[in-house]
Amino acid sequence: MMGLLLAAGVIGSIGIIIGVLLGVASEKFKVEVDEREILVRAELPGNNCGGCGFPGCDGLANAIAAGTAPVSGCPVGGPAVADKIAAIMGVESGGAVKKVAFVKCKGTCDKTRVQYNYFGMDDCRKVSVVPGGGEKACVYGCMGYGSCVKACEFDAIHVVDGVAVVDKEKCVACGKCVQACPNHLIQLVPYDAKHLVQCSSHDKGKDVKAKCDNGCIGCTLCTKQCEFDAIHMDNNVAVIDYEKCTNCGKCAQKCPVKVIM
Amino acid sequence: MKELILVIVGAALVNNIILSQFQGLCPFLGVSKKTDTAAGMGGAVIFVITLASFVTSIIYKFVLVPLDVTYLQTIAFILVIAALVQFVEMFLKKSMPSLYQALGVFLPLITTNCAVLGAALTNVQKEYNILFSVFNGLGTAIGFTLAIVLLASIRESIEDNDIPVNFKGSPIVLITSGLMAIAFMGFAGLI
Repeated sequence: MMGLLLAAGVIGSIGIIIGVLLGVASEKFKVEVDEREILVRAELPGNNCGGCGFPGCDGLANAIAAGTAPVSGCPVGGPAVADKIAAIMGVESGGAVKKVAFVKCKGTCDKTRVQYNYFGMDDCRKVSVVPGGGEKACVYGCMGYGSCVKACEFDAIHVVDGVAVVDKEKCVACGKCVQACPNHLIQLVPYDAKHLVQCSSHDKGKDVKAKCDNGCIGCTLCTKQCEFDAIHMDNNVAVIDYEKCTNCGKCAQKCPVKVIM
Repeated sequence: MKELILVIVGAALVNNIILSQFQGLCPFLGVSKKTDTAAGMGGAVIFVITLASFVTSIIYKFVLVPLDVTYLQTIAFILVIAALVQFVEMFLKKSMPSLYQALGVFLPLITTNCAVLGAALTNVQKEYNILFSVFNGLGTAIGFTLAIVLLASIRESIEDNDIPVNFKGSPIVLITSGLMAIAFMGFAGLI
């Protein structure tokens, strides 16, 4: 009986002493946390995907509260979360635009020529350094080995018929696939953008024709059509400026190779 | 002096806490994806195990032995270690925010790390005095850091390898750590 009481007493008193010490310490070492930081953190999705460029949602909440990050800093939450955070911070969200990833290539298996048979490691980053940049003739396009698919944590990008395609509804614009693509084919575009250039080839028109039926031949017809100065040629490929684009679709109608969606 | 160095080498290499005693395997497998986070975890573990060895050996020597209740060592040590980690976390948050940021989520994780308890119990088992306990704890933690950083570097370099589908992910990590354990057997008989 004595042993029992002694054991309970020892552990109990150690527990009580520790409890009191921790209680005192927590008062003594209290750190003032910005209230807004806790509120902002509560609004963030909590995936800790790192898409904002900060170490997790806590990092972004801290930066927003400190004023070093914009209230629309969370690409996953989009405008809905940005508005709530703007309300907490007492500023305007500035109309954050919901974005999605977009793969600038349409060189599917039936449209693109094959230059040789490739047997080897199925990873875009590895394939991109073999001579010729993989089995497809075009060195700029999607190789279809799915490094972006592996990078996506939201099951929003898949290789369909040899080319990666983004599921607009599932995509949260975290930007992981943008970093994964060795050919830099993936871009974050506004969710509402209807007309997108589905090619990234910098080759001249004749070379593009020889390699792929779905390539931009650099004819510049689209740039002449646009009334809003929103589409320009950049090194033999048309590029749309989404700030100016009004989704009128004239460029898409005029495109002779139908590379503009 | 020589004995202290031998204790550190013995704890770090010969009786490596992970690779020959198989303690602390959860952080070893869980936090070894990137070398820098593994190093952060290692830093936090060095800090906590050294401190925990000191405090637990004091508790053992001045509380448990005089009252003749050494059979309570496990539960008492768990209590002390959990409280210690909490205290260290609060202390760092207040006085060294940069270190607190660097250690981040690893500090609370260590509360449930059996390597810390293992080191404390080894000290008691080998009847080390307080000084030797601290150095044994330090050596153990250095061994932990060494193992986890090595595994993280190996995992980083095999990440893009063409691993057979069945072995992708955890299996290849377990095979890798098994091979590391076999390699560390080479240190047996060093002391």
